[in-house]
Amino acid sequence: MHVELIDILIIALYGVVVLGIGFALRGRMQNSGDFLLAGRHIPAWTAGLAFLSANLGAQEMIGMAASGAKYGILTSHFYWVGAIPAMVFVGVFMMPFYYGSRARSVPEYLKLRYDEKTRAFNALTFAVMTVFSSGISMYAMGALLSLLLGWNMHACIIISAVVVLCYIALGGLTSAIYNEVLQFFLIVFGFAPVVYLGLREIGGWEGLTARVPASFVHSWTGMASPNTNPLGVEWFGLLMGLGFVLSFGYWCTDFLVVQRAMAADSMNAARRTPLIAAVPKMLFPFLVIVPGIIALALTLHPTGGAPLLPTAAGGGYDYNMALPMMMSRYYPAGLLGLGLTALLASFMSGMAGNVTAFNTVWTYDLYQSYLVRGASDTHYLRVGRVTTVVGTLISIGTAYLAMRFNNIMDMLQLVFSFVNAPLFATFLLGMFWRRATGHGAFWGLVSGTLAAAGHYELTGVAGGGSLLAKIAVVHVYPSDMAQNFWGAIWAWTVCFVMTIVVSLATAPKPAEELKGLVFGLTPKPADDRLAWYLRPAILGVLVLLGTAALNLIFW
Amino acid sequence: MGMDLRQPIGILFLSYGLILLVYGLARPHPVLDLNVNAIWGVVLVLFGSAMLTLAWRARG
Repeated sequence: MHVELIDILIIALYGVVVLGIGFALRGRMQNSGDFLLAGRHIPAWTAGLAFLSANLGAQEMIGMAASGAKYGILTSHFYWVGAIPAMVFVGVFMMPFYYGSRARSVPEYLKLRYDEKTRAFNALTFAVMTVFSSGISMYAMGALLSLLLGWNMHACIIISAVVVLCYIALGGLTSAIYNEVLQFFLIVFGFAPVVYLGLREIGGWEGLTARVPASFVHSWTGMASPNTNPLGVEWFGLLMGLGFVLSFGYWCTDFLVVQRAMAADSMNAARRTPLIAAVPKMLFPFLVIVPGIIALALTLHPTGGAPLLPTAAGGGYDYNMALPMMMSRYYPAGLLGLGLTALLASFMSGMAGNVTAFNTVWTYDLYQSYLVRGASDTHYLRVGRVTTVVGTLISIGTAYLAMRFNNIMDMLQLVFSFVNAPLFATFLLGMFWRRATGHGAFWGLVSGTLAAAGHYELTGVAGGGSLLAKIAVVHVYPSDMAQNFWGAIWAWTVCFVMTIVVSLATAPKPAEELKGLVFGLTPKPADDRLAWYLRPAILGVLVLLGTAALNLIFW
Repeated sequence: MGMDLRQPIGILFLSYGLILLVYGLARPHPVLDLNVNAIWGVVLVLFGSAMLTLAWRARG
């Protein structure tokens, strides 16, 4: 890929605007709440687009196009099954407890609802995970840019880290949220031409279906058995593992995304945040997956010249190159700058999301709760600012760790997936069953995490290697994905059952203390007098109907 | 918090649109017979202007 001066100019202009936003916000950061919670002043549409973008790191963009090339439209399950229903659920049913409890973070909700040890468990694992994933995405960005453009990897990592550090240290969570909204529009305007030009070249959707295997353009037809679709999963594992456990576990309990909704300016805005995000999310497969399928079409049936996708070192195609190859095929200097800015913006805001979530959890849930209690608010504002610097430095450190020890990073991500899988059971019981107790939640989480690890230790994948040594293999799954989905199902079920059993054996919290935290003890938000388009339940139903329609169209 | 996010979005995309439009017209580089820089430049100018108009209207 060849970058010209005009592309650099376009990228630099983005940097100037981002830093400008940071400086404009600097004077508004009066207290720790302004800095760490965006003062709960964010309008619904801004929070909604940020809610969506916080999850759209560049790894996601590159990865979704890669999966599009590898699995075709089946990748849309990660959106239409693995995101939308959970987004509707968190908006309609869970936000009244999150926002209504005035908790400042997800771990703090756990403290209010359950007890101190459950909060500590969640806060600690979350803090460690955020700095590692931020480092991993920085490394991924550096590696990609040095591969595509021949830029210096170290310079890429340091410069982007400095930009992110500046705008968060200046404007805190507000800065991060504003930047995520910018990133949303950059992604839309930066990648839409790739889709249009690709479809124009190969003759529209008909031309595309004529060039790729039938299973690549039908999302449900082969899902009856793991042997008849490229994912290697059957419908039950997909719906329960991805659609229920993993998806609800991420969208409903991961503080990185939930923080955006908690920053909204009212209860109604907080509830509409995930619903507003769900509308573009529903349409994103066309923007991020379709380019991958087109890349495959141009590889299997080149329109002249060589196949589009390069061959990977170990044989097969190098799917991760799908999006970059499409950009370099269609984008002249100028438009290329815009596309690269969209990628860079996703990388930076992915990192910024992690840093801001880390800031809040560290400052409120760890520092204020266990290290220095009862200091002045100015003190915690300063701690928040310092944490930004420290968090960024740790992220740079983990980026270099990832560079040196690729295997360790893969292993850590695997271990983190064990921690995330059971979480939704804890929240579901916490919000809808007042009898659930702190001891129940804690031991449920611990045993669910162990169940995820145990499942991994006892199962294998056909033809696949393993990151950790196996104790014994009692079941072999047809694909990594099947193993991952079923592991999540086991972890969730164990956590769910264990929480109930231990809760019944321990003393419940008095109903007085659970007001605003549990269903049945919390006044229902009064939506009746709102216009229909402001009512979360109606919006949720519309979003679900739209998603169902998309599934039917691409069945 | 008083800051209207539509303003910086408008400024950024209006600038991008103008840059692409001018560059596309000055140094045409057709892709599939389309001057993509100029066409997309117009789209971005329209989007940027719409955002700025909304921001100005809200300010009253």
